[in-house]
Amino acid sequence: MSSLAHLIDDFPILGREINGHRLAYLDSAATTQKPTSVIKAISDYYENTNANVHRGAHTLAHEATVAYEAGRAKVADFIGAASPNEIVFTRGTSAAINLIAYGWGLRRLTPGDRIVITLQEHHSNIVPWQLIADLTGAELAYLELNDDYTVDTSMLEKVIDDRTKIVGISGMSNVTGAIGPVADVTAAARAVGAIVVMDGAQSVPHTSTAITELDVDFLAFSAHKMLGPTGIGALWGKPELLEEMSPVEGGGEMITDVGLYESRWAPVPHKFEAGTPAIAQAVGWGAAVDYLSKIGMDEVRRHEVEITKYALERMAEIPDLTVYGPTDLDKRGGAVSFELGDIHAHDLATILDEEGVAVRAGHHCAKPLMRYLEVPATARASFYIYTIEEDIDQMVKALWNARKLFGLD
Amino acid sequence: MGNATSAEALVQRSRKKAPMALDELYREVILDHYRNPRRKGTLDGDHIHAEGQNPSCGDEFSLDLRIEEGAVTDAAIQGIGCSISQASGSMMAEALVGKSLDEVAEMTSLFKQMMGIDEGDNPVDPDRPGSVLGDLEALQGVRKFPVRVKCADLPWTTLENALQSVEAATG
Ligand SMILES: Cc1ncc(COP(=O)(O)O)c(C=O)c1O
Repeated sequence: MSSLAHLIDDFPILGREINGHRLAYLDSAATTQKPTSVIKAISDYYENTNANVHRGAHTLAHEATVAYEAGRAKVADFIGAASPNEIVFTRGTSAAINLIAYGWGLRRLTPGDRIVITLQEHHSNIVPWQLIADLTGAELAYLELNDDYTVDTSMLEKVIDDRTKIVGISGMSNVTGAIGPVADVTAAARAVGAIVVMDGAQSVPHTSTAITELDVDFLAFSAHKMLGPTGIGALWGKPELLEEMSPVEGGGEMITDVGLYESRWAPVPHKFEAGTPAIAQAVGWGAAVDYLSKIGMDEVRRHEVEITKYALERMAEIPDLTVYGPTDLDKRGGAVSFELGDIHAHDLATILDEEGVAVRAGHHCAKPLMRYLEVPATARASFYIYTIEEDIDQMVKALWNARKLFGLD
Repeated sequence: MGNATSAEALVQRSRKKAPMALDELYREVILDHYRNPRRKGTLDGDHIHAEGQNPSCGDEFSLDLRIEEGAVTDAAIQGIGCSISQASGSMMAEALVGKSLDEVAEMTSLFKQMMGIDEGDNPVDPDRPGSVLGDLEALQGVRKFPVRVKCADLPWTTLENALQSVEAATG
């Protein structure tokens, strides 16, 4: 039994029954469950502190502002940022990447420039670049994959050529679990003076992130994939880049002065945070970061390697089951995509759900990757700190049942 | 979906779903149509064509219909997706051929009632299986799996789109 099994009691939802079975929640790559401390931090905030931030001089307004900014400081610390001001709160990873695309890319790219991304990207790190390429006349190019599903770095210098201005890479694929070659890609980008945009939606929750060592220019990630609430995420950016980047949304909170025809922006990060922000969510995210820090991210990663190893071993017992992802545990995280014979992923998901097992089925918002793998859809089991061997066992039993229902035995 | 179900009612319905036998969902006839879809392919000559997709799950379905003198005289389908969407399409294609457009409209509406997509009681007669919708009745188990109803419905919305193009052309 894993050493993190005691954490389960901290997650009330894991006590739920689904279709008469204990819940085996294996969809943490989509969103994670929340511990009591996060749920309580949010309700405490609404019960005791609620007010708008950065406006008004009353006690609650002050306390709410302090609580919101404390959330920012915790998130900054979590990734090793030098200052909370390097963290821009957004709605999530998607919004953060769009902010870079429109705030930085739109104003700087010209026809003939190149944006390079990889085939393992989530739609969030593809579609914004398609939109910007269309608006600016820049072109989009892809890094392809090796046979073991990792990003092929043999073509780096060829693809990331001297026309390249932006390189986008995910720290970890939400489909194959493959860890992205961020250091290699960053080195190639540096050589041609391109900026590096890292999609950390999967890597930040599952591995320790030292932003100064990574040396990327931007990092986008979401609270809800790391025990925090939905509705908030962050863009970390190098201070000088955030400084020169233009705001994309105008409104309250983001100005120091508004004239009739022009305005002056508030300092970073507030110039990117128009309107009333997700205050309770920032507080909840802070509590999530506290929870993870107490466990330690090295321990989070160790547990994930262990549970992924167990899952891959148990799944290998099932005939006709194909896993799409690296077999080398050092090259992957805990998102395991698979197919079982000719049983479509949706049918698998329904059969598993009847036994209380929650997995995702479909294209996982990564259609270019699915086409490359030549599968229309996969089922995906994904793990987090509260995943235990019993969850995997329950899934494996349900997979045998699926074989029986579809007459594969 | 056609009927206006309140969010509250949807939540209640999904909570109340009694655990049910999966073999009621995955009937043999459904697996047979999934693995050996009837009328698979495309049509040559004069025909109408429509394509449908469920963007959330990626299922795809395309339909070719030959319509002569107000009746479906030939049909061909292609698709990728789960057993429910593909079996539904295969059974639908079989059922369409030889029916007048009025009969097709009637069948579509009975199917949607059976699936709980349209208002109305399930028209299927439990005492005389197959008497109302033939093989298609094997799909009624899907009704108990709200997230899968849209799979069974994909070929039928594609059919409706195809027929709308006929209506638009004729008048
Ligand atoms: C790798 C990756 N990038 C981006 C996203 C998008 O995150 P969000 O939906 O929180 O914006 C996700 C999650 O869906 C993801 O897994």
